[in-house]
Amino acid sequence: MPVVNERFEPLIVAFCCNWCSYAGADLAGISRMSYASNVRIIRVPCSSRVNPGFIIRAFQRGADGVLVAGCHPGDCHYHSGNFFTRRRLTVLKQMIEYLGIEPQRFQVRWISGSEGAKFAMVMNSVAEEIRLLGPNRKLRDVR
Amino acid sequence: MKRIGVFICWCGSNIAGTVDIDKVAAAAGTMNGVVYVDQNKYTCSEIGQAMIKDAIKEYKLDRVVIAACSPRMHENTFRKTVESAGLNPYYLEIANIREQCSWVHKDKEAGTAKAISLIRTAVAKAAMNEALFAVEMPITRRALVIGGGIAGIQAALDIADTGFEVDLVEREPSLGGRMAQLDKTFPTLDCSACILTPKMVDVAQHEKIRLFTYAEVEKVEGYLGNFTVTIRHRARSVDLQKCTGCGECLAKCPAKVASEFEEGLVQRRAIYTPFPQAVPNKPAIDRAHCRFFTTGKCKVCQKVCPADAIDYEMEDRLLTNGYGAIVVATGFDTHKLNDYGEYAYGKHPDVLTSLEFERLLNASGPTGGKILRPSDGKAPKTVAFIQCVGSRDKAKGNSYCAKICCMYTAKHAILLSEKVPGSKAFVFYIDVRTAGKDYEEFYTRAYEECGASYIKGNVSKVFPEGEKLLVRGVDVLSGALVELLVDMVVLAVSVDARADAKELAKKLAVTVNEHKFFTEAHPKLRPVDTQTAGIFLAGVCQGPKDIPETVAQASAAAVKVAAIFSKQSLLSNPTVAEVEQKLCSGDMSCMAVCPYGAISEQVVEERRGREMVTRKIARVNVALCQGCGACTVACRPGAINLKGFTNQQILAEVDAICL
Repeated sequence: MPVVNERFEPLIVAFCCNWCSYAGADLAGISRMSYASNVRIIRVPCSSRVNPGFIIRAFQRGADGVLVAGCHPGDCHYHSGNFFTRRRLTVLKQMIEYLGIEPQRFQVRWISGSEGAKFAMVMNSVAEEIRLLGPNRKLRDVR
Repeated sequence: MKRIGVFICWCGSNIAGTVDIDKVAAAAGTMNGVVYVDQNKYTCSEIGQAMIKDAIKEYKLDRVVIAACSPRMHENTFRKTVESAGLNPYYLEIANIREQCSWVHKDKEAGTAKAISLIRTAVAKAAMNEALFAVEMPITRRALVIGGGIAGIQAALDIADTGFEVDLVEREPSLGGRMAQLDKTFPTLDCSACILTPKMVDVAQHEKIRLFTYAEVEKVEGYLGNFTVTIRHRARSVDLQKCTGCGECLAKCPAKVASEFEEGLVQRRAIYTPFPQAVPNKPAIDRAHCRFFTTGKCKVCQKVCPADAIDYEMEDRLLTNGYGAIVVATGFDTHKLNDYGEYAYGKHPDVLTSLEFERLLNASGPTGGKILRPSDGKAPKTVAFIQCVGSRDKAKGNSYCAKICCMYTAKHAILLSEKVPGSKAFVFYIDVRTAGKDYEEFYTRAYEECGASYIKGNVSKVFPEGEKLLVRGVDVLSGALVELLVDMVVLAVSVDARADAKELAKKLAVTVNEHKFFTEAHPKLRPVDTQTAGIFLAGVCQGPKDIPETVAQASAAAVKVAAIFSKQSLLSNPTVAEVEQKLCSGDMSCMAVCPYGAISEQVVEERRGREMVTRKIARVNVALCQGCGACTVACRPGAINLKGFTNQQILAEVDAICL
């Protein structure tokens, strides 16, 4: 078990689909729902744009957690993109575990543009989960 | 080195309240490539925008980062600002420090730190922004409407009335569709034909509408503004120019076959017009049943035709036309009742579907509008109506509600009481759903004024009992077993998507849901659009609906088409995929994941050493590409990239966040 540092603030990179999760994040803002400030959002046109390589890179550069958020399966703005996301990232999640990284560090969530509250809740729960895991040291490259 | 300008917005106190702007500005000044930092109380104001323009010119900025509200709010505003200062609009990058920072974090220190990080990320991306150019695409100002029922008729008329050309393609020999089969319409009991046939004639006579009956869509290529569609004009074997519609042939044709229009209740000839008010009111030869085409002998119709219009040599013609937009209005099939043996449909002639019953009601139908039992020609005194046959039935039928059955059954019960005095209707139902203007009142009329008995419960079995039919079911409100001896049973048959909806969807590159109804772009806000730009939906092909809803949707689709046609030209979205030829392996993994068919194979000639070789690579059609980027991940050699969201840009963002 990693040593839990009470004051540890994890850094979380979130890839958000422009059409749903990014809009959900905006809605959380418009509704003034506060959530953990650890998350940094990268806007992508579709969750299927997220190359598994981007996720690995984030871990290498020192991110403590990575989140990919897309439209609910079946609701993809581009018909079928999130089905590819789901398939690709399910495989990646297993690989990440194989690499020795706690699988909770990498999460995929479906958040629609109308789910501001869900966005805030997910950010809080993911931040809390990763905070408990402590810093990511496994893949972090020495720079 | 890029010369990046960073403009930080206070948004009054919306941002400045939680984010220390001075601190952020100081940090921004130290970022790579940043040569100018400014702040403004309201960057989106005229003064704020003027400041940006001035700074671009004065400090020779070539990339601009605006730290303000969400790009979903003002990205277009600021792109125009940047463009008016002489830069490419895609040189702009926005750091969302309001919706995703100041509004969601209360702690000023954390908010400030996050704002700095978000700006650093935007600066890193902006440094890699390339100039992108929307391509102007011409528009073919002619619409294609697929389906000549009330949805297609309405859409065609509305588009044509705005002055644009329309081609209407109908599979059957006549316009009319399902509505032509109906007798009266709820909740006003208007005669269906009386309100439909004038519209059919309007279509035929409209100078902007070309009508193709007995025709189907064979192939669709192209994109919004520039579709190329091949229409198969099936050989009608009757020359429409010569035929006068006198009907001599119809009476003399010796070959008979069940009439589709009459739901198989009577027979039609092999040369036929589907119904008396058909448009065009000229026959077609059903070659599958024509004696000449099946045996080689007959030609009776040719002999009797005074206009010499019969042409046995006629062949299918393929017509290829350009269209700017397409309206799909292909309607529905009634649910096949193969799995409902318990209702004795097909085993007993007096068990009818609701559409068959509709034909019995109709004055031009097989009984001349009298409700008579097919078995003995007597008027039924008692009729059991069974609701939800094939609807709301996950086990055997459709899980969804067909929406129209409650209302048309109320109509049937009312008409039964009018046409057969002293008769009685029993309606077995799960729920009665009457949402709609004047619908509840109409239903109330069925049981209050017309004496229909509504029994809540399913029917378990229908079987012949002498000359009558025994209907066994349960009244779930009292829990009692119900057994009724009735003269006729009418099954409220569910509404299915067309059996070949999926094939058409594939041709059009649009999607269908699990029930094969065409999928709208957004269930609430874009109910008429499909996900494919330029293709719109009208009527039941999108999901069960009644006539007023169908007409409303058709008119909406027409406006969408007219809105496209009223533009001078169309601008493409420039954030599309791009293939780097030298990296592309021709493996075509990208093609398999593209939802728009935007990627095709292209054969290229390349020099390899001393010789020229030809090989295939992927090519992106920028007009079809919607910019999702799924292909970029599927590509193994990393040859395909998404402009505006390149691998390099996203990795730069990751690196900037993790700095």
